[in-house]
Amino acid sequence: MSNINFNSLKTGPDSNGKFGIYGGRFVAETLMPLILEVESSYEKAVKDKFFIDELEKYRRDYIGRPSPLYLAERLTEHFGGAKIYLKRDELNHTGAHKINNVLGQILLAKKMGKNKIIAETGAGQHGVATATACALFGFECEVFMGAMDIERQKPNVQRMQLLGAKIYPVTSGTGTLKDAMNDALRYWVSNANTHFYIIGTAAGPHPYPKMVRDFQSVIGEEARSQILEKENRLPDALVACIGGGSNALGLFHPFLDDKEVEIFGVEAAGKGINSNLHAASLTAGSPGILHGNRTYLLQNEDGQITDAHSISAGLDYPGIGPEHSWLYDIGRIKYLSTTDEESLAAFELCSRLEGIIPALEPAHALHITGKLAAERKGQIIIMNMCGRGDKDLSSVLPLINKIS
Amino acid sequence: MNRIKKTFDDLKKSNKKGLGIFLTAGDPDFDTSLKIIENLPDNGVDFIEIGMPFSDPMADGPSIQLSSQRALKSGMSLKKSLLLVETFRKKNSHTPIILMGYFNPIYIFGKTKFINKCNEIGVDGLIVVDLPPEEDEELFIEAENKNLSCIRLVTPTTNKSRLEKILSNASGFVYYVSITGITGTQAPILENVSTNIKNIKSITDLPVVVGFGIRSPSQALAMANISDGVVIGSAVVDLINVSLDENANKSDTTINSCLNFITKVSKEIKHN
Repeated sequence: MSNINFNSLKTGPDSNGKFGIYGGRFVAETLMPLILEVESSYEKAVKDKFFIDELEKYRRDYIGRPSPLYLAERLTEHFGGAKIYLKRDELNHTGAHKINNVLGQILLAKKMGKNKIIAETGAGQHGVATATACALFGFECEVFMGAMDIERQKPNVQRMQLLGAKIYPVTSGTGTLKDAMNDALRYWVSNANTHFYIIGTAAGPHPYPKMVRDFQSVIGEEARSQILEKENRLPDALVACIGGGSNALGLFHPFLDDKEVEIFGVEAAGKGINSNLHAASLTAGSPGILHGNRTYLLQNEDGQITDAHSISAGLDYPGIGPEHSWLYDIGRIKYLSTTDEESLAAFELCSRLEGIIPALEPAHALHITGKLAAERKGQIIIMNMCGRGDKDLSSVLPLINKIS
Repeated sequence: MNRIKKTFDDLKKSNKKGLGIFLTAGDPDFDTSLKIIENLPDNGVDFIEIGMPFSDPMADGPSIQLSSQRALKSGMSLKKSLLLVETFRKKNSHTPIILMGYFNPIYIFGKTKFINKCNEIGVDGLIVVDLPPEEDEELFIEAENKNLSCIRLVTPTTNKSRLEKILSNASGFVYYVSITGITGTQAPILENVSTNIKNIKSITDLPVVVGFGIRSPSQALAMANISDGVVIGSAVVDLINVSLDENANKSDTTINSCLNFITKVSKEIKHN
């Protein structure tokens, strides 16, 4: 039975975990009872005042929320058009939006009596957030990370180790996020009775896409009231980068029903959409089933998943959260893309003009933000600065030096 | 005539247990895998599970992951997996063939087209690992209506209310996953498997077959004694793996090492 209210775009998924045709529960039977338990526990938790108060306490006192909504005057001046506001989720404890979701899920795990945590990670931000929360709660933490990502995100690997997490390097496939998620799911199947899997993005089997979106929506809820306070009106546009798409949904979701707000998601175009070396699953993919949900995927004509490419480990994923796929089909959100090279330029620009070193992921969003701003004098744009770039320095600096 | 039903009825009449072998279509190449599969019935195999290779086999351990990769590298696709079955059927009309895999290649191929093709070439049943009963409308309802057996997986985590739900739409046989885990990685615990099979049998008359963790002839015998049959997969594809030459191509021993092992298992469980 569908419970989508067509007067609102915010009520999905339906009771089967579907957003239109996307989402669902495409998992092995071993995981099904567990996923149903996660779903019913989550539905109970969000109605439990104690759970909500505890989450609120950690958001405020541990993450440091609300994150500021910052008018980036020099970027605004540089592009010479719309006012650019940055939602500063890179100022969160652990340096990215990922912790918003992790604290929600770990409180749920605690409520379910599970104290062993599994996570996958690409850029390492979700792994660090999970390792952090596990340290805080005294839980065991096991992180699956692609061997190639371990190489390009060393500082995060060291942080996770210091925090007491066990890291499993994943060498299957291309050794990136997709493969890390495969191995995390396999490990979960093997430890279904004892472990809780904290998925880091708004993808995977129902209820994860919904749950992660809900925990991340704090970004958009804050941004909405902050902009109303500062400007006394809603923004004209929102921009965020998309790998799986959790930071983007977090910002976008509370604005979905505000028809006057245009929304832009930014995928990674890697070396160019026509190069076959990109991670733009909406722009260049087609619907299919992977990692427990139906969504847009990079795949060949035989339904084999193809490798994604992005300079940004956090965007290097051949799929996308199912709610994005639905919002793409119905046309509520426009999805654009930024190449590796364009993101490097934005990375450097933001560092120089604002004294904010962005992660490579939001640097993708910044490139598009700049382009949109230039054409929109008098308008207001909010971009999600979802992570900071310290982790990227060792891989980015040699490339920037080469370009300049 | 339903080959799966006839096979298990015949086994029951002769008081024997069934042996199923899983092989990935096209591992290590189309011709070699066809040759192995063609020889299975004469080596004591009662039914064959043919894996349709997928790039991201979420429920499989390293052995079958590698096997899938070898097959894809050799140029396999869903179409070629179907061609393999079609070729096998030309010479064998009695051995049940069950296609096993993940949903995405089927979804991309097209649900109805896939089901019709299966019927046309003599596929008897389907196991789609990532289609739990919650997603029955994706494939199984239409498949069942067109007389393809939809073989359900029951696992150690399946509780009683789910068991009833799963079995209400089951056909062919019930596949009991003997471990909480991925294929080929742990040894099942006899006592637990035995209890769970009794639970399944109290609800359904379908044969119950055990798989996912069986690697040796003696394990196969122990599991066969408490069920209607066993499936071995990872142990066989491991033999393919070790038999390959330095360029990862088949060698002179590839086919025989598989068949010798399978004969041993068959003899063990059939007391010949």
